[in-house]
Amino acid sequence: MIRYIIRRLLVAVLLLAIISLVTFGIFFLLPKLAGQSTDDLAARYLGREVTPEGLAGVKAKLGLDDPFLVRYWEFVQGMFVGQEYKFGTSITECPAPCLGYSYRTNEPVFDLLLDRAPVTFSIALGAAVLWLLAGVTIGVISALKRGSVFDRASMSAALAGVSLPMFFTGLVSIWLICRQLKLLPTPRYHEFLDNPATWAQALILPWITLAFLYAAMYARLTRAGMLETMGEDYIRTARAKGLPERTVITRHGLRSALTPIITIFGLDIGLLLGGAVITETTFSFAGLGQLMLQGITRSDLPVALGVTMATGLFVIVANLVVDILYAVADPRVRLA
Amino acid sequence: MRRTTRRGTAVLAVGVSAALVLAACGGGDEEGGGSGVFDQGSKAIVNPSDAKGGTLQMLRTGDFDSTDPGNMYYATAWNFSRLYARTLVTFKSVGGQGNLEITPDLATGLGQPSADLKTWTYKLRPGIKFSDGTPVTSKDVKYAVARSNYSPEVMEKGPVYFRQYLANPNGYKGPYKDPNLDNFKGVETPDDQTVVFKLAAPFAEFDYLATIPQTAPVPKAADAGAKGGVNYAKGVVSTGPYKLDSYEPGKSIKLSKNPNWDTSDPNRKQLLDNIEVQLGVAADEVDNRQMDGSAHMDVQGNGVNAAARSKILSDPELKKNADNPTSGFLWYTAISRQVEPFTNKDCRIAVQYAVDKTGYQAAYGGTTGGDIASTLMPPSLKAHQKFDLYPNNNGKGDPVKAKEHLAKCGKPNGFTTNISYRTERPKEKAAAESVKASLAKVGITVNIKNYPEDGYTGGVVGDPNFVKKNQLGLMVYGWAADFPSGFGFLQQITDPGALKGTGSSNISHIDLPAIAKQFKDVVQLKDEAARNKVYQEIDKAVMEDASIIPMLYAKNLYYRNPKVTNVFINYGYSGMIDYANLGLAK
Repeated sequence: MIRYIIRRLLVAVLLLAIISLVTFGIFFLLPKLAGQSTDDLAARYLGREVTPEGLAGVKAKLGLDDPFLVRYWEFVQGMFVGQEYKFGTSITECPAPCLGYSYRTNEPVFDLLLDRAPVTFSIALGAAVLWLLAGVTIGVISALKRGSVFDRASMSAALAGVSLPMFFTGLVSIWLICRQLKLLPTPRYHEFLDNPATWAQALILPWITLAFLYAAMYARLTRAGMLETMGEDYIRTARAKGLPERTVITRHGLRSALTPIITIFGLDIGLLLGGAVITETTFSFAGLGQLMLQGITRSDLPVALGVTMATGLFVIVANLVVDILYAVADPRVRLA
Repeated sequence: MRRTTRRGTAVLAVGVSAALVLAACGGGDEEGGGSGVFDQGSKAIVNPSDAKGGTLQMLRTGDFDSTDPGNMYYATAWNFSRLYARTLVTFKSVGGQGNLEITPDLATGLGQPSADLKTWTYKLRPGIKFSDGTPVTSKDVKYAVARSNYSPEVMEKGPVYFRQYLANPNGYKGPYKDPNLDNFKGVETPDDQTVVFKLAAPFAEFDYLATIPQTAPVPKAADAGAKGGVNYAKGVVSTGPYKLDSYEPGKSIKLSKNPNWDTSDPNRKQLLDNIEVQLGVAADEVDNRQMDGSAHMDVQGNGVNAAARSKILSDPELKKNADNPTSGFLWYTAISRQVEPFTNKDCRIAVQYAVDKTGYQAAYGGTTGGDIASTLMPPSLKAHQKFDLYPNNNGKGDPVKAKEHLAKCGKPNGFTTNISYRTERPKEKAAAESVKASLAKVGITVNIKNYPEDGYTGGVVGDPNFVKKNQLGLMVYGWAADFPSGFGFLQQITDPGALKGTGSSNISHIDLPAIAKQFKDVVQLKDEAARNKVYQEIDKAVMEDASIIPMLYAKNLYYRNPKVTNVFINYGYSGMIDYANLGLAK
């Protein structure tokens, strides 16, 4: 098991290196291939006025004229030993792990990630708990009471959940709950450590709307999985052995129906941790997703690169955890 | 059938969410008092009050270019910076267009020019302190000008008017490369209270430059090491009624009372306990939160978006709390004098007659989006003078006249050209489409091209080679003055002297020597009325040349939260709400 984990970790590092090289290439090499000069690039970061001195200053500051490999090497180096940006007497330290330096806000990207991550984590993890609990429970009950009113109602609700986009449910819920019924103030993120109650209050709507979207999918998946497993021979055997129905459902049925759910959950949570873009935008929360969006719309390449790397890392780690959980959930995997 | 089911379940789902939420909720917001009249803030101070206390909640979709007074260029940032940074002179805090007048701020009076207008002297008010308690001296002003104008490798975002106008005999390279300020000869500080600017050439409007936040003093000690340079934006040392507690780019700005503020400051009020700006709020959310009272003001200063606009205009309760001032922007379409067949003036005149400006107006939101323009200088400038060289049925277009001029320029059957706009701006897209439609009526075929906003001036319309190569005969553009004088408005977009390789805003490529000479001469006229007369002549000369089609004197629609006090439009900052005097009603 330990060797397996180490091997997976090494693959993860390799994957991250590839992700960084590819994204770095997309951001820094493609514009050049598309015929943009470094002057064109530098002009984006100047204010309303473009002067030759300004262009030269920006190019020197951002190292836009350095060859691609030199810049990538500096980026990799920064991750391990940090970097120092010197503009005359003005020095900016970017300690390791330095993921570069925002062109727009002049902050180390790693600090930005650290700063934005709690918001995204709060949204993603809270919603994940909700959708797992609700989705799996509804799925199991639907499967067991197949064809009942509950099954039909919950499955059509699930259909709505899957097909209604987040920005619709999000905006409708803000309008209804905060503006019309005035049950909640307009959501605005608060730090968990400042006050857990206001933290949770601000997050209720994002959690519910995000969970609604995912729970729907998970309910349908669980239902299908359960219907399949409950028809398997070993379930009949378990029942024939006289096991209580509850044990049959949870220990034998659900356990094997869960395997595909865990796989998808790993991917979903990994991606979400890298930024719940639409949720954050809808509710105006300053998380990683919003950071990514700002990075892209403002041509802040190091920031976009940083968030991409973080997302890559989360997906890889989440998948690693899932693979380990697999072995726990499904004994057949352990043999492999 | 299916549709109703879906809707039904959505309502059910929201109902369930509501039920879950019920357990843990707080209250909503109450509407405040205040009885406004539509557009009152454009003419006077609304809800004048000295009531103290409260936290002003401001919102913004994007972010400031910077909070560093030395490194900012947008009117909204300049306006906002006055909360924590005092400049030598500033715009008067009165309602109506009286606020276009320059008034002393840190200085005891306006700049005292020498006879040749090449030396400008300001005396600082005694007893001014920074928020940390240290006294402000003339050297702090000199340092602020030096760092913001001579260090393009560190401060890349602000304008460089001082570098342009001040003498620099020994090629000073800025304090980050050359910390010895004695080498900076453009500003002299004979004593701690006196700042003397030494210009390379006469410039009668120097006081306008002194309103720019770059004259706000910066203590050299606070601009060093890891906290200096670009990072000074987070640790700006205040001279205004509030101090900058934190700035998290893309996220928030927090200000609180500055205990060391000089209470005799005639241009600002210190009524609030705190000011919080939330950045990165979705555009429609910004509008909704203002209207539902959960936030007080949009700090972006471009007015509300389309959805809120129609909501406000159709609801008298909301409308009475809205202002609709001219913004100082001119929305226009530039005609390139380099692209065939527009090298021929009659072809340009034909387009002047043919365009339907009402279509352009619809693109920018109708009559509340702007008034139809016939001159370059908008009415919010003192130098504005009304005239119309190409009257075309109240802006609807005059195809008969247009065809006459097409015949004169040898294209009686029209021609084909291109029009460019900025991809991110749907209004410009609609504007380009309206131009295309109206020119089609006289046989001119227009192809629409779009380019990213970033670098539009730098590498697209401001690059003469790009314009020629891509045959951009027409270019959708907009302009507002950096400072509200005829010079500030006209010079960058019409002066042949402003042509400088790439990145020029003179995108029509106007290279008339007569205009260049007028710009050289006008800045030597001490009398404002005499200067304004010259600006009007330049305006007419450009219209005569037909190389710019003025479309709209832009207007913005602002929602004015009835709880906010001392609200008025400041025309010194592109006609947006003045931020330096706000308070909250009890």
